[in-house]
Amino acid sequence: MAKLLGLRCRECGAEYELQATHVCEMCFGPLDVVYDQAALKKKVSRQRIEQGPASMWRYRDLLPVEDDVPVVTLGEGFTPLVKADRLGSELGLRNLYLKNDSMNPTNSFKDRVVSVAISWARAHGFETIACASTGNLANAVAAYSARAGLECFVFIPVDLEPQKVVSISVFDPNVVAVRGNYDEVNRLCSQLLESTPWAFCNINIRPFYAEGSKTLTFETIEQLGWKLPDEIIIPIASGCQFVRHRQAIRELIDYGLVRDDRVPALTGAQALGCAPVYNAFKSDTPERVLPVKPNTIARSIAIGNPSDGIYVNRIALETGGVVEAVTEDEIVAAMRLLARTEGIFTETAGGVTIGVLAKLARAGRWKGDEVVVAYVTGHGLKTADVLASVDGHARRVEIEPTLKSFREQVNI
Amino acid sequence: MARRRLKLIFGPDMVKEPVIYQLGKQFELVTNIRRADVSKDQGWVLLEVIGEPDELDRGVEYLESRGVKVEPAEGDLVG
Ligand SMILES: Cc1ncc(COP(=O)(O)O)c(C=O)c1O
Ligand SMILES: [Zn+2]
Repeated sequence: MAKLLGLRCRECGAEYELQATHVCEMCFGPLDVVYDQAALKKKVSRQRIEQGPASMWRYRDLLPVEDDVPVVTLGEGFTPLVKADRLGSELGLRNLYLKNDSMNPTNSFKDRVVSVAISWARAHGFETIACASTGNLANAVAAYSARAGLECFVFIPVDLEPQKVVSISVFDPNVVAVRGNYDEVNRLCSQLLESTPWAFCNINIRPFYAEGSKTLTFETIEQLGWKLPDEIIIPIASGCQFVRHRQAIRELIDYGLVRDDRVPALTGAQALGCAPVYNAFKSDTPERVLPVKPNTIARSIAIGNPSDGIYVNRIALETGGVVEAVTEDEIVAAMRLLARTEGIFTETAGGVTIGVLAKLARAGRWKGDEVVVAYVTGHGLKTADVLASVDGHARRVEIEPTLKSFREQVNI
Repeated sequence: MARRRLKLIFGPDMVKEPVIYQLGKQFELVTNIRRADVSKDQGWVLLEVIGEPDELDRGVEYLESRGVKVEPAEGDLVG
């Protein structure tokens, strides 16, 4: 029995056969994968999951890849969930956890979505994988295409950070550097779809791709001993993963994997330099997300016209979460705070998440005993340049190779 | 022939202008409204436009010259 029934429009409910398409023909709403829930309910159990591999593929039953399809994997997922006591004590939180998704094969949570997308695409006869990217996605797509032995085209803005270009290029994809900003890269790729038989991970095969994000939440809840936390802080670019985390919680409850059904507050984090979702959340009309021109160091989440923006606000309101935003200085300060207290080096997107966590904690959002989880979605080496420019070596001294010099210069 | 799915975003000065009518009249384009949310002072329309690629580009240019913001209907998907 096939576990996947088709695609369904999130807006009008129109149903489609499984295929590489992401927009409803009737109303242009987004399409989601529909599963045979009755069959899954009988099959899925904690025990079955716990016996699976130590990767996100232990949740294979809940992903849009049929059982007989060989997956394209580099061992993504099942990243550490660490209890953050030192950061927690600075913020007055006794039960703070960090899901460290920078520990993925290409050092961001994108490996989850790309592993699913390329597995699906290869099984459905696609020979070329492509994507429009702000960096992390292109990194994952290039690596997994190499792993799968498929042709790869990545479209990036011409001014992407050099260290990101290096870690994409090493996998030998076709890199198309577009003289334009992210919006223009996105637009070009949408138009290319009209005439190319390619699987664009985040465009035509997006319904399958997006599903991979759910595993971040599945794992977090499993690692918490199959208990739902009180709140989860999630960075928002397009809002794609945010929406999937709500879906993941619904599935955990529906399939009886967790006992209680108190849905955690889902809270979104943006950089003020690109905060279309936050702007709408704060306004009288949270469902009216107006595009902005991005200007922030948090480039991996700098999406000015987020496809899932209104759904983020709907979910934040429904679950009792909020959408908050931080300044550039707060982003850098949060990257340092996380590194100093917990030994985790995150990129600017992680700085946004931890910055929002700190801002909300200091504003008194929590009493102290709540279980709060923050998703750290990318590694610090991806954006190391932002630290180099700001007083990076406050505690550094230079000395002669003598004890005398050491004693003169260093106070111990 | 090509087909584009566009989101037109209107500000306060534009809500009353019949730009979609003009788009079909001044250009070799067929338009088809799929969804809309328009209030007194702002709004968006999801519009399918069919025509030759060059004519589509000219149509989009016209809309932008009238002060309408034109985005892909599904928003930005980059990541
Ligand atoms: C490190 C990192 N975190 C978070 C996100 C946000 O993802 P989404 O577009 O699903 O909101 C991205 C997207 O590119 C990212 O690279
Ligand atoms: Zn629809």
